[in-house]
Amino acid sequence: MINNAVIFIAVSVILTLISFFIDKKKTLAGLKKGLMMFKNIAIPFLNILILVSLLIYVVPPDIIQEYLGAKSGALGLAIAAIVGSIALIPGFISYPIAAMLIRQGASYTVVATFMTTLMMVGILTLPLEIKYFGKKVAILRNALNFIIAIIIGLLVGLIL
Amino acid sequence: MKKMLEKYKPYIWLVSFAIFISVSFLIGFQPGKDISISFRQFFIEMVTFIPFLFIIIGLFDVWFPKSKIEKHIGQESGIKGIILVIILAMLQAGPLYGAFPVAYILHKKGASIKNIFIYLGAFSCLKIPMLGIEMGYLGWKFTLVRTLVSLPLFIGIGYFMEYRLKSKNFNVNEVKAKT
Repeated sequence: MINNAVIFIAVSVILTLISFFIDKKKTLAGLKKGLMMFKNIAIPFLNILILVSLLIYVVPPDIIQEYLGAKSGALGLAIAAIVGSIALIPGFISYPIAAMLIRQGASYTVVATFMTTLMMVGILTLPLEIKYFGKKVAILRNALNFIIAIIIGLLVGLIL
Repeated sequence: MKKMLEKYKPYIWLVSFAIFISVSFLIGFQPGKDISISFRQFFIEMVTFIPFLFIIIGLFDVWFPKSKIEKHIGQESGIKGIILVIILAMLQAGPLYGAFPVAYILHKKGASIKNIFIYLGAFSCLKIPMLGIEMGYLGWKFTLVRTLVSLPLFIGIGYFMEYRLKSKNFNVNEVKAKT
């Protein structure tokens, strides 16, 4: 984790310096924009961290291992894919949840499937999607993405 | 009064959590202490990289504005068209339903069915802000593997959708936001 922070800090400092030498005004605008975005996300993000800390306490690791771990097999995959398809968690705050799941013993396959369905399959947003693409296309897209998400999960688990 | 409540609504969780933790320490409630330890760990993790990620995103936004690329996108075919829609998707942020209006614009500008669905695929899994936070939380290895596995599959979906829908007068409707 510390290494991660070092990389992010180094990259942002270097990019800021380069950008600053090329165009001061643009750089300031960019920094302002970034900080504004951070401000907008900060509170929801803290709320999710609270939720995750509570969950870690309430849900024991062996339960996560049993249902979402490497040996959970098809059941774990199904749970991940279905929950991911229904849940409407903004991508940004889903990553602390994913990191917690892995730390508590969930497998990479399960987490990758969960994250992918979360991002690509939207049961709750299907009515809106139908308005744009029509019933057939929207359902086809979601069904295809559901299958692909499971394939992605399996492949990621295989490689990692 | 109501307005004030509305204003402070986002902080309810935060405040109640702070009270819960302080009380736990006061009366020596062990679960509360344990929870505060993991929260502190998550919090430190967050403040050491998320603000910097946003600095990078902000700079990206001013140097590579989406509108510039949007202008150039349309009927390009072949590899160039695919690469352009993927880059456009990578520069976005937000949930998938935010991508549908862009899909409408792409369709109106003459982008192929294949490229519209490649756009949606790339939007959902290759957005740069998301990749940044994913690397921070799950490690660059996970991000790299997931991305490399996903990309060809999304392009595959694009080709499949085009093959299925080509002869079926595919259309993207404009959905006006209710005002």
